[in-house]
Amino acid sequence: MTVVKNKESTKINNNKFKDKIIQLSHGDGGIKTGELINDLILKYLGNKILNRLEDSAVLKCSDKKIAFTTDSFVVNPIFFPGGDIGKLSICGTINDLATTGCIPAALSLSFILEESFPVSDFIKILSSIKRILNDTGLHIVTGDTKVVEKGNADKIYINTSGIGVIPDNLEISPLKIKAGDKILINGGIAEHGTAILSIRKEFNFKTGITTDCAPLSSLVKDMTAASKNIHALRDATRGGLASILYELAGTSGTNINIYENKIPVKKEVRGICEFLGLDPLYIANEGKMVVFTDKKDVDAVLKAMRKNRYGKDSCIIGEVTEKGKGNVTLTTSIGTKRVLDLPFSEQLPRIC
Amino acid sequence: MCIAVPAEIIKINKNMAEIESLGVRKEIDITLVPDAGLGDFVIVHAGFAIQIIDKKEAASIQGYWKEYLDGK
Amino acid sequence: MENNIKRIVESLNDKKPERSINIMEVCGTHTMTISRYGLRQIIPDTINLISGPGCPVCVTPAADIDRILEIIDKYEVSLFTFGDMLKVPGTRSSLYDKRSEGKDINICYSPAEALDFAKNNRDRQVIFLAIGFETTIPLTSVIIKRAYKEKTNNFYIYNTHKLIPEALEVLLGDKHIKIDAFLCPGHVSAVIGSRPYNFIVQNYGIPCVISGFEPHDILESISMIIDQFKKGKAEVEIQYRIVVKEEGNPEALKSIYEVFERSDSLWRGLGNISGSGLELKEDFSKFDAKIHFPVKEIKSVEPAGCECGDVLKGIKKPFECRLFSKVCRPDNPVGPCMVSSEGSCAAYYKYERLKA
Repeated sequence: MTVVKNKESTKINNNKFKDKIIQLSHGDGGIKTGELINDLILKYLGNKILNRLEDSAVLKCSDKKIAFTTDSFVVNPIFFPGGDIGKLSICGTINDLATTGCIPAALSLSFILEESFPVSDFIKILSSIKRILNDTGLHIVTGDTKVVEKGNADKIYINTSGIGVIPDNLEISPLKIKAGDKILINGGIAEHGTAILSIRKEFNFKTGITTDCAPLSSLVKDMTAASKNIHALRDATRGGLASILYELAGTSGTNINIYENKIPVKKEVRGICEFLGLDPLYIANEGKMVVFTDKKDVDAVLKAMRKNRYGKDSCIIGEVTEKGKGNVTLTTSIGTKRVLDLPFSEQLPRIC
Repeated sequence: MCIAVPAEIIKINKNMAEIESLGVRKEIDITLVPDAGLGDFVIVHAGFAIQIIDKKEAASIQGYWKEYLDGK
Repeated sequence: MENNIKRIVESLNDKKPERSINIMEVCGTHTMTISRYGLRQIIPDTINLISGPGCPVCVTPAADIDRILEIIDKYEVSLFTFGDMLKVPGTRSSLYDKRSEGKDINICYSPAEALDFAKNNRDRQVIFLAIGFETTIPLTSVIIKRAYKEKTNNFYIYNTHKLIPEALEVLLGDKHIKIDAFLCPGHVSAVIGSRPYNFIVQNYGIPCVISGFEPHDILESISMIIDQFKKGKAEVEIQYRIVVKEEGNPEALKSIYEVFERSDSLWRGLGNISGSGLELKEDFSKFDAKIHFPVKEIKSVEPAGCECGDVLKGIKKPFECRLFSKVCRPDNPVGPCMVSSEGSCAAYYKYERLKA
């Protein structure tokens, strides 16, 4: 897919953005909005397409299959160990695109800002977004910014959409999952969720846990180069690894078994979970791809994953056992087998 | 009932102690274990130490306890 | 299977009891471990593990939930609770629902957080929902003493603490339940020691083993029970030697009885048990939320068809309850055994509902 090149982009000025907090006037479409966009947003995210500030980006694609996704981010806290809402919003959409095996082509980015949101925080978020864009070579091609009265939004909300082209000979879908497929993951689980928990003031933990939030498009590219027999990909986010397995088993009409001993969990993550009585299998991730691959290619896929910077700790965690009702079972660390169920609601810290 | 976690005392400040368990550090209350000292392992429940762990016994057992005692 | 587990399972099979025996555990974490690791699958079939009233959430009567909710409705308070209690249904509502309505309800990891909040927010009336058995009671006693010393007079507790040994005696006296041995709670015993269980051995001749929480601990405890049967001699033994001493934690026990004195207590499913509860002593009664925040008597009703009482006593297994899984599920819990993350029904539903 390519973006249609029209006239040259508007030249970006050299003005410095002076305001310290976001005001309603930054969202009213007038001079102040112009300042916000030209003197701040484009300074961080500008590129030839975005700088044109047209209402729509025009994209060209022939008869290719297109992947298209959107997501909104309203998280609190907006800053957490290893990341922020900006990084989350870009990686989240890139990863959703990546699950189709597509080559991500372009992203949109919209902000809803609360009046009096500190500009210094906004700059941190823009910088964070910029770093991911640089890392992946992707661009924001269109966007929007609104400002609402204080109290009508919680600091900042972000929406991102993404579009990508799926290579001709690639079809990745849970409907392709079959008995015998191996299940892999690219590293330790529950890091994002425990990173968020670790900074809750009342818990008073001191840990080195950081979010695993990461853009996984390059990981998927490496995997699909190594094998055309990857059947399904899913990024495990809210609800944790268990939720994804449950979802995919149901969609594909298969039964799955995973091995407790093989699921990587960092020691500190386990530490927090032990304190609070939580199960890592149900805790959020933001940089984990669950991979279902034909067993004949598992070694090649695993090798390719481990070569990628976001897959160094990749491992096989289980397999698809047979066609079935969508049951997910776990072989426990002592060798017995039990059902792995879907959580009905968020886990709460407990003492009992 | 009663989730409680083994942890090592790494700092003491009057009735509070900084403990470490599987690499996670936290301040807890040691009022209930007045004999506990630096380097002791305690069982932590809801932010309080409720008993001192017998390190000798724990060291002789593999698995769970070994990980806590070694892994801190 | 792990080697040390394999060994102990083989040894259990070697000394498999000829007649069926019921071993009751009275600790929600034991309930969880047994279900989570599928221990019922690997022990001999003549050993029947039954769950007793080991979950303090599960044994809290609806009347207490209703009363707390009345207090929250009638007075402007900040409530602090362990996460365990948030979704327990009262007759009409729950803390979770009240929080959604905008009431100031906070989850805390430690009671110290509730006291800290009270100290830093003197304009707020702060209630800590004090639930739990002897593992947790010393903590409440410490913060009450602290509040007293520092004159934090905007701090209160809603006390629903209960004591385990008295409940065990009631279970032993119930003709409907056949208990052949007890797996005693590990962390309660870290506080109370092993001596409070002596009456079970002396008066009832029933083996008691205080167990740790890992699968191997529980299997080893079961093995110790079987050995006692073979010897024909019941005693109180400590498998969880790392943490449990015969005398328990004297400092913790002293602290409890500085602040509290014994009282009767109503247990869901077991009824009123004399001496199984605690009441704040006179000097500390100013911290009692029940006194300071009076509310009218509410007609509390246990949900229709709910068989938590029988489940809590081990008379019925969760799947033998008419409502289990059909009506009563974690997403739509009728009774506390399903709500509490370590209630028998929740554990069964989550880990044993479908045969793996």
